Amino acid sequence: MNPDQLKYTKDHEWIGEDGGLYVVGITAHAQDQLGDVTYVELPAVGRAVSQGDETAVVESVKAASDIYAPAGGTVAEVNGALEDKPELVNQDPYGAGWFFKLKDVDASELGGLMDAAAYAKYAAESEH
Amino acid sequence: MQLIFEKSQPGRRAIRWDTLDVPEKKLPADLCRAEAAALPEMAEIDVVRHFTHLSQRNVGIDDTFYPLGSCTMKYNPKVAETVAALPGMARLHPHLSTSTAYNGNVQGAYELIYELERELAEIAGMQAASIQPIAGAHGELTGTLLMAAYHRDRGNTHKDTIIVPDSAHGTNPASANIAGFKVVEIASNAQGLTDLDGFKAALNENTAGIMMTCPNTHGLFEKDIAEIAKLCHEVDALLYYDGANLNAIMGECRPGDLGFDVMHYNLHKTFATPHGMGGPGCGPVGVGKRLLPYLPGPRVVKKDGGFALETPEKSIGRMAAFFGNYLIAVRAYAYLRHYGGEGLHDVSRKAVLNANYIFARLKDAFEPAFDGRFMHECVFTASKQAEGGVRAMDFAKALLDEGYHAPTVYFPLTVPECLMIEPTETESKETLDAFCDTMLKLAERAKTDPESFKEAPKTTSVSRLDEVKAAKDLNCACL
Repeated sequence: MNPDQLKYTKDHEWIGEDGGLYVVGITAHAQDQLGDVTYVELPAVGRAVSQGDETAVVESVKAASDIYAPAGGTVAEVNGALEDKPELVNQDPYGAGWFFKLKDVDASELGGLMDAAAYAKYAAESEH
Repeated sequence: MQLIFEKSQPGRRAIRWDTLDVPEKKLPADLCRAEAAALPEMAEIDVVRHFTHLSQRNVGIDDTFYPLGSCTMKYNPKVAETVAALPGMARLHPHLSTSTAYNGNVQGAYELIYELERELAEIAGMQAASIQPIAGAHGELTGTLLMAAYHRDRGNTHKDTIIVPDSAHGTNPASANIAGFKVVEIASNAQGLTDLDGFKAALNENTAGIMMTCPNTHGLFEKDIAEIAKLCHEVDALLYYDGANLNAIMGECRPGDLGFDVMHYNLHKTFATPHGMGGPGCGPVGVGKRLLPYLPGPRVVKKDGGFALETPEKSIGRMAAFFGNYLIAVRAYAYLRHYGGEGLHDVSRKAVLNANYIFARLKDAFEPAFDGRFMHECVFTASKQAEGGVRAMDFAKALLDEGYHAPTVYFPLTVPECLMIEPTETESKETLDAFCDTMLKLAERAKTDPESFKEAPKTTSVSRLDEVKAAKDLNCACL
């Protein structure tokens, strides 16, 4: 169920290229573990981030969690729709529930991330 | 049930004032509200019924077993209430405590504070304690401010970071942040303990300290604590002990002996004062020799055959008005005198025994979160049950229908579908058995009839609440 064209982090973010920008969100597994998402704090457009930087915050009925940048770059766009409808993260984590888009990404940084199959295995293990 | 504001009837009154028989003097206009406060207007009997009905919907330790992990919901002995209600305790005016002209009247209160602080210090292997902080998290803030004062005093201006393991108590990062530190979180290892390599990687010259609880929030004793303390002190970093789990170790070991420099006590947990639901609390701080000069002041000291107030020269100052919530301290003092040293040791031993009894009875039905030996609380994951459609939250709701308060769920965050059970020492074997029987029955039902959990709770005054709406549409109003 994790799209093959995306790359995945150990912190359960995904990143994928779309029209020259890199879109970031959290995985289906992550939203399932978090439960109903109630609030998303997004970064300022134009902010420069390094790989692993705390870039956004997601709050659910259970917990507040930091979202780390899967790769370095500059925030080019944020998903303003999450402000009013944070439930999009639950409903469509790989689509309408995206968090932010990065530009100026060094694609070599994505080399260390997991592919869909490796992530599926990792997520299953972290559950037990 | 209606809010009290919804019951309001214009013009209705509970009390009526007599006609003034002295000249009326108006308050200065700049002290008056522009509009009258929107207070509910009700008859006295309707107010009494409203709050009586609310109180009947409350659930507390006097009603039922309350195994809320990490919270130490032990029975609060009524003798402590009796003592706190004595006129000599309850009717002391706070101003007496700081008035030099009248402090002859409060020597008894001074002595109680002095003795309680001394006993708290002794229990935890600290040099001294202060009862000023008015809650556990306030104690954390006080402790981290003491750490900041220590480093400022020594010119350690580069020390701006506090390490917090993910098994520490949940409020620690916020307290460190408010005290002005950056927070670095480190992950636990597979055994549920602070990962020594991860700790070493995070520790450097900029480390002001580390905040831990021991046993940690996984209910496990941090076996590398002596090594962690040694490494911290080598770079002049301090160790903060969160007293959340002190109920596990009294009489067995002392945070001060383990290497901790500063700590707070949760009197509402370990020393059986009311949890208060946000009401008056008391979270004393304890300090070892490094932080002794910076304690909040004024302090009660022995002087001229009696007791007097003194503020240490390097004190961080007041953390609360007067002596914080003194009557909570009175309850804790009564509890301490009631149990004595041997009694407190027995408290911790029984708290650990009770948790391990529950663990032994439930470990085949619920998967243990870790392999280690749990102390005063045991942590399970309901991941397997969740695959069948019954999540930790569903077990929590089903337990309400069975007449129990739910255990802690989804905390610590490190454990998926977490169920964290802390029975405390005050429960009998019969109570523990009845609870375990219920848990086993629910585990069986999760296999055969998972759908039934979705309807729970059915017997409580309100059914399953809309938690998303509660979190998203925050609308504060008085009941």
